[in-house]
Parts: sequence; C-alpha cells; structure tokens
Amino acid sequence: MNKTDVLIIGAGPTGLFCAHQLGIIGLSCEIVDNLDKAGGQCIELYPDKPIYDIPAVPECTGAELTNNLLKQIKPFNVKFHLNERVEELKKNQNRWHVKTSGGVEFDVAAIVIAGGVGSFEPRKFSVKECEKFEGSSLFYSIKDKSIFKDKTISIFGGGDSALDWAIELSNSSKVNLVHRRDGFSGAEASVQKVKDLNDQGKLNLFTKYQMDSVSGDKQIETVKIKHDEGEIKEIKSDYVLGFFGLIMQLGPILDWGLNINKKTVEVNTENFETNVSGIFAIGDICSYPGKLKLILSGFHEGALAARGCFKYAKPDEKLRFEFTTTSKAAQERLGIKK
Amino acid sequence: MAKITYHTDDNKTHTIDVQNGFTVMEGAVQNDIPGIDADCGGGMACATCHVYVKEQWLDKLPAKEDGEEDMLDMAFEPKNNSRLSCQLIVSDELDGLEVNIPSKQG
Repeated sequence: MNKTDVLIIGAGPTGLFCAHQLGIIGLSCEIVDNLDKAGGQCIELYPDKPIYDIPAVPECTGAELTNNLLKQIKPFNVKFHLNERVEELKKNQNRWHVKTSGGVEFDVAAIVIAGGVGSFEPRKFSVKECEKFEGSSLFYSIKDKSIFKDKTISIFGGGDSALDWAIELSNSSKVNLVHRRDGFSGAEASVQKVKDLNDQGKLNLFTKYQMDSVSGDKQIETVKIKHDEGEIKEIKSDYVLGFFGLIMQLGPILDWGLNINKKTVEVNTENFETNVSGIFAIGDICSYPGKLKLILSGFHEGALAARGCFKYAKPDEKLRFEFTTTSKAAQERLGIKK
Repeated sequence: MAKITYHTDDNKTHTIDVQNGFTVMEGAVQNDIPGIDADCGGGMACATCHVYVKEQWLDKLPAKEDGEEDMLDMAFEPKNNSRLSCQLIVSDELDGLEVNIPSKQG
C-alpha cells in the first residue's frame, strides 16, 4: 500500500505541474499513468511539434516541455507508476483507497484527475467477434512472443508496430501482413524489408485488404479478409494481431459518480473540485464555463487544485500563501541551498 | 459560407452554415452534432473526426496532405471515401458538401 497525500491521475503537463505545486506547499504525491512514459499527449501525439503559447517560453516541443517539467519537479522525488490505469476507487473514512489495473494500491487524502482526454488504449478491430478471442488468440500488444513460434500469425496495420512485428515474427512463424492500402506509415526501411520478405516468400503481404470476420471455436482458426473491390480471401490463422495505434478513452473514471458532460468532468473554478469532495479535475478533462483547452490553463488549474487538496491532507493546519522568491519553507522543499 | 450536411449514425441529417476558413470538424463540434470526437483538437494526430464523404464530392475536395492517410489507417472502419474532417477547410466551393459520420470513432 502506497500512502501519500495526493494521487495524481495522468502524467501530462498539467499533472506534472500540479505535482510541483503540491510539493511547494509541502504535500506529497504520486502519479499514475497508463502510458509507459511521462508527458501525456505532448509525448504520445506530438513530441516533435513546436508549441508557441507556453508563457515566457516562445517556442518548445512537446518533448522539451515534458523534460523541463520533469526537471522542475525533481526536488520532490515524485514516484511514478507508469503502465498502470486507475481502476477502483473507494472512500475509506476521510481517505481514498485506490487500486490500479496492475494491482498497485494507494491510501490518499485527495485525488487529482489530470487525465487529458482519457487514458491511451489500443484501438481495436471493428469486427464484433474479435472480442471473444481477445487475450487468448487475438492481441493488440505482445507480451510473450514465444507463443507464436511455428504458428500462423495474421498481423493487421501499416505502422511501425505492424511492420516491425511482421519482420521479427517472420523468422520463426508464418506471417500474413494485412493492410488497407499500398502505402504504409511505418519507416521506409521496414516497408522495403517487408516487401523483400514477401518477394522471397518468407511473409505474405496483402494490401488493400481489411478484416471481414474471424472464426474458430475457443481459438481463432481462420480469418476472412476483404479487398477494396469486394473479393474475400480466407486465411488460416492461429493468432491475429492488430496494430492501429492508440485512442483515448475515459474508462473507469465514468463509474466514480462524477458529473460528466461530453467526456469531461465538471468542476468549480474556485479550486477545481468535482461534485465528489476530495476529487479534483484539471487540464483537458475538466469543464467549466469559459474553459480553454490550453496547457497554460492546466497549469493554473493545477495550482488551485493543489491548494484545494491541502485541507484534506492536513485538516488541522492552515495553508499560508507564500512566494518561492521569499519563502524559506518553499525553498527548503525545493532543496535550494543558500 | 457554405452549407454542410452531416448525416449522423442515428439517421438524422443536420445542415449547417459553416463560415469559410473553419473546418468541417469545427462546424460539427460547434453545433453539437454528435459522433465527431476530435480528441486532438484538429492536429491530425488522433483520427477521431473521421467522416465518409459523399462520392460525388471526393474529387472536389482539397487533396490529402502527408499524414492524413497514415492517420486514417487507425480510424474506425476506413473506406475509400474516408477523410479527417479537421483537414477539410470550408470555402464557397464546398457549398452543399455532404458527409456521413461513422457509428464510432474508435
């Protein structure tokens, strides 16, 4: 059980800066994120795109912004729990008991949801029967590649994940790579390699095809794929892999009794608390009259939510308003030696 | 200004006047037309503003920029007439454009 003052859900810029503000006022926090790294959309969607509206930073990329925020919170030694999604939330007297998808548990005084547009989840096949095989013979990510040895694998997608796995698995499995068009979004060298393997008969490439159906008893046995022109091919497959990138989904947050409006959580603008006491929401995921989905707004929201958490974490203390330029306490927390 | 018609998955039709320079995505979002999520806000980074363009309009639309087709690979049930509505900038030439919004964005 991890005991800390505040649990922040989401390691995007808003969540990271909120951790800073909590640290400045002397509260501890830990951060959970479903991605394998901090940075949220800045890292996942546009790491190399310049951003021009961070106050006092004329230009920086999503990756630079993330790295600077991580540097800024370094003094607070914030613990990250990556590749984890918050699943369960239970009120336990005055505190919250939280559990993640990987079984990590927290005992916290307050929760700050900085979840952006939701957690990043793999995009799935639109064919309904796929659900039945998910986790047994149909996967959207690979944990143990040894199960594919000497089997027939049908891989769908045209990005780097699809190409890289098609190349790698073609060494020890029979691989079909199926993609909806002739062009690929993955690296040029990988595309060439896949085409070479196809020419050498070490892999079967099907372009302008998409999944039509899957069938089998407990495990997948065959997959039908459909050409743009309507022709249907049946291919034997022991496993099916789909690599269509990530989509953002609100997920379990929907079940926490929060007022939700168009995929966003309603908050007050005094301290960004939701309708549930002790649960705050900041950044793209929160809504209030006049809300702007800008990173700078997320920073402001995080500063106020951090102060809102104080009364739950330290009910017997009064919060002093201080500046980092002059506050001895804040400077000590930042580890500044004079 | 152009009249854009959105056919939603619940078989409803919404015809909206969209100002030139705005995108077909913005026209939908600002008028609460359901089915277009536009999670990334028009950055061509998420494929959740996917629409099917009525066939006769396909050739009249601005060509796809680099990256749009890559994003469409990830869209829910992409077809030959798929476009990202954040990349369709409204002008007088698009007056009368009709798009179908898919049943899901992901």
